[in-house]
This record gives sequence, structure tokens and C-alpha cells, in this order.
Amino acid sequence: MILYYVLCAILVLGILFGISMMSRVETAVKGNRLSAICSAAAILITMFYYHILTDWLLWICIAIGLVIGLIWAYRIKMIQMPQVVALFNGLGGAASALVAIIVFYSGLSVGGFSRATAALALVIGVVTLVGSLIAGGKLHGILAQRPVVWTAHQAITIGSLVVSLILIVMLIAIPDMQTVLIIFCTLFSILFAIAFAIRVGGADMPITISLLNSFSGVAGSIAGMAVNDILLVAVGGVVGASGLLLTQIMCRAMNRSIRDILLGKTSVSASSQSGTDSAVAATETTSAEVTGTAKETADAAEEAASADDPVEILRAAKDVIIIPGYGMALAQAQELVKRLADRLEENGGRVRFAIHPVAGRMPGHMNVLLAEVDVPYEQLYEMEQINDDFATCDAVVIIGANDVVNPAARSAEGTPIYGMPVLNAEQAAHVIICNYDLKPGYAGVDNPLYSRKEGVSLLLGDAAETLASLLEKLQ
Amino acid sequence: MEIMPFILILIFIIATLVGYKLISNVPSLLHTPLMSGMNALSGLAVLGALTATAMAMNTGSRILGGLAVILAMINVVGGFGVTNRMLSMFHSKKQEGDEA
Repeated sequence: MILYYVLCAILVLGILFGISMMSRVETAVKGNRLSAICSAAAILITMFYYHILTDWLLWICIAIGLVIGLIWAYRIKMIQMPQVVALFNGLGGAASALVAIIVFYSGLSVGGFSRATAALALVIGVVTLVGSLIAGGKLHGILAQRPVVWTAHQAITIGSLVVSLILIVMLIAIPDMQTVLIIFCTLFSILFAIAFAIRVGGADMPITISLLNSFSGVAGSIAGMAVNDILLVAVGGVVGASGLLLTQIMCRAMNRSIRDILLGKTSVSASSQSGTDSAVAATETTSAEVTGTAKETADAAEEAASADDPVEILRAAKDVIIIPGYGMALAQAQELVKRLADRLEENGGRVRFAIHPVAGRMPGHMNVLLAEVDVPYEQLYEMEQINDDFATCDAVVIIGANDVVNPAARSAEGTPIYGMPVLNAEQAAHVIICNYDLKPGYAGVDNPLYSRKEGVSLLLGDAAETLASLLEKLQ
Repeated sequence: MEIMPFILILIFIIATLVGYKLISNVPSLLHTPLMSGMNALSGLAVLGALTATAMAMNTGSRILGGLAVILAMINVVGGFGVTNRMLSMFHSKKQEGDEA
């Protein structure tokens, strides 16, 4: 008995140590393995402690999950990572919700505490599952990526949440009606999750993904309380905290509050009516849908900017900062970005990458994409580390990023990006923008960089094509 | 043995605080792997699923429990798997030199 608790404590410490090893690249791989080994040990110790090692059903289910998990983990492409993370996250939430339901029917739920925690775990688990599936569906392109706003959306969101909470209380208080209550509780949780996730789009995705990550941990932890499993309570707590911290970092990077996100105030809905539609279109247009107008503006812009030849600027540049954004991921241009960086270095230049915390669709998205094409991580700089260096660098190359470099964030009061920390790209001597078109970014605020006459070169179009031709000319 | 609710909640709070402290040291460079690693750990709901399934009193609960075990295992294994894949991609200049 005591041995079990001691072992649990050791495993939790092992997992915590594994997590602390994740804070440095050199030790991160080992840290992840340590956490994995501790998790495997936790499963075996739990089965031994409850004398269920001989339950064949459990082993079959473990084997099925193991095989599917391994296949998915090693088959998926890196570019699919955001939706895969969302999907896995949802499955964890589903498991917690199912555990909660079993608790209600197992006779374990004699105490009020078990019933209360099971009811909570059910709701949070369902919200995690449905929210993650919708987020994943949006990221995978199955669902419309733009924010979907219903009539009376806010009322539906808050209403379904309040009803879910009332149902939780009833579920605790009235055991005789539990089947009906569980069904309604699940339905309203689903409604809340849909209302909450469906109106998230584009640039708000990193916040939502981290928040759902936090939910899955909290759901697990509370399910752990319902079944009296201290290991699960502890680990779930850690996961919940990590998700919350990431959410806070993402929120700070976008200058919004967690409460706004939860209640569905996305950055787009806050923007002025006129900008919204084009903003949505700008984020969601894919390379295949080049519109005539975009091309025309592109031509006009190129003429205007031809005074500064980007090729000559880059050839002469000794200090270049590259700013990648979601457009790089959309165009799958990371390989070409790496080649551009290599070419510039061959010319004797210094190349650094400036990564905004919310660039991409999940926390750290750009780092993973660039790591995949072998950009050494020493070249990847966080915003705070590099923001003072823009003023002294020779050139900035922006690849598919817009809101995160929009100087309007400092001046345009009342716009959704006002107050959002941005990369100081406009301070550089020359700014080369490889964006798809001139439309405003996700937030719908015009970028003054586009209309600047001097020191800005606009290379519009699919980032991969633009970079390919740029590389050719740099030869 | 039933553990007192008070102790469970206390464990939750301590774990949350310790986790928060630990994770604030992780650089944004590693935020994606961190998130997917945490994601894998949230699949430890499998522990709850295992015990609940084993103690389930009817077939329906056992089926639900088995499903929960499968889903949670996919979460754990898949989560650690993709985290490992991502982390192995991060290279420094020096390491590249060594490999070459």
C-alpha cells in the first residue's frame, strides 16, 4: 500500500524531471523519453496495484491503442502537426469523459465528491473532445477555416455553458435521474464546445489549441479525483497548468484576454466591419485562387517598388533577418527559405530568423517547420531577443507574415491589433515582403509597410514561387 | 483505499503550481513539442480508464471503458511519438558538423 504511494510519487517526480529537461534543446529528447517511460511504468504499477493485470480486455485495448498511436505518430507529415496535436488532445478528453460516465454506473460513485468530480470531468472532457475535433477539422481544411458566427452567438455560448453547469449540479443532487441528466449534460457541453470553437479562425488558433490542451489536463485530473487515482490527479494538474501558461503567453502576444477568447470574442469580430471580409479572405485564400485584382495590384506594386531591387539589396546585405509567418506554411516554402538563408550566408552575410510567438497555427509552429528543413536552432530568435536588432540590420525578408509585423499595432488605436507586440521590421533599412497579396492580415488592419515608398520591396504571389525566382536571380 | 477529497484537491493544486513553475522555463522555440508532450501526458487518463473498466459492473460500462483505454492509449503513444519526432529534428550547427 505505502509502496504504491511511494512509487506514484517517484513516477510523478520522474515526469516532472522529464518536463524540466524539455526546457533545453540538448536534453529535450531524453526528457520526453523519461516522461514516456514513467507513463508506461505508471500503467503497469496501476494495473498491479488494482490486481487487474489478468484482465484480458484491458490488454487487448492497450494493444489496439498502442498500435494505432504508433502508426499515426510515425505516418503523419510534419505539416499536419497542428491538427494531429488537436486530434490527440481530443482523444484524451474523450477518455476522461468516458471514465466519468463509467463512474456514474459503477457503484463507485457513492460519495458526493465522486459524483461532483465525475460530472465535471464529463463536461470538460466532452468540451475538450468536441472543441479539439472542430479545431482539428478547421486546421485540416475539412471545416471552413474562417470564423463562423451565428446569430446570437454570444447568447448561445453563455447559455449552453450555464445550462451545462446547472445540469452538473442536478447530476450531483439527483442520482435517480442520472441517465437522462448525463445525456443532456453531454448535449449541452457539445453545443458549448461547438459555439466556442466554430468562431475561432486563423490567427486565434494558437490560443485555442493551447487552451484545449489545458482543458484535457484538467479533465484528466478531475477524472482522476473521481476514480481516486493520485497519479492522474497530479499529472493532469501539471498538464492543465502548462496549457494555461501557453494560453497566457499566446494571449499576451496577441493582446487579448483569456475570457474574451472563451466567450468567443475573436480578433476578427472586434475589428471594424469594413475590414473583416477582406481580412478573412486574405488569410484563407490559397495559392490556387489567384484573383485578377490581386495580380493587378501586384503588378502596380512591383513597378512602384522597382527602385529598390531586392536582389541587389540581398546580395550586398551582411546582416539579414527573416520573418516567417503562416504564409510560409501555406506555400510550403520552408525548404526554399532555408536555401535562401544558405545563399545569403555563402555571400558572407549573417542570417537570423525572428519568430513571433503567435506566428502560425500553434505555439512554436514556425520553429518546428524550420527545424524540419535543418535550420540550426541557434538561428531562431524570439521576439524579445531580436527586436532591438532590426534597426541595425541591412535587410528584412518577410515571408507570409502580416499582422505580426504590422507597425499599426503601435499607432492604430481602436483596431484589434492595437497594443499587440510586433516585430520591428519597419525599422530595417530595407524590407522585402514575400506575401501573397496586399490584403490586410487576419486582423483586418491595413499594413502601412505596403504603402511605404522607400525601403520596401513587395514580391507578391505564392511564397514558394517568389522565393524560387529570387534564388535564381541571386545565383 | 479511499483518499480524502481534501488531499486529492491539494495534490491537484500543488501539481498545478509546480507544473506552472517548471514550464515557464521552456523557451518558445520548444513550445510545440512541449504542448504535444503535455498532450501525451493528458492521455494518462488511461490510468482511470483501466481501473474503472476493471471494476465496471456491467457489459455496457466495460465496453465504454475499453473504448476509453483505446482512445487514451492512442493519445499517450501518439503524443510521445510525435514529440520525439519533432524534438529529433532540432539540430544545432555543431551537431551538424559532427554528423557530417
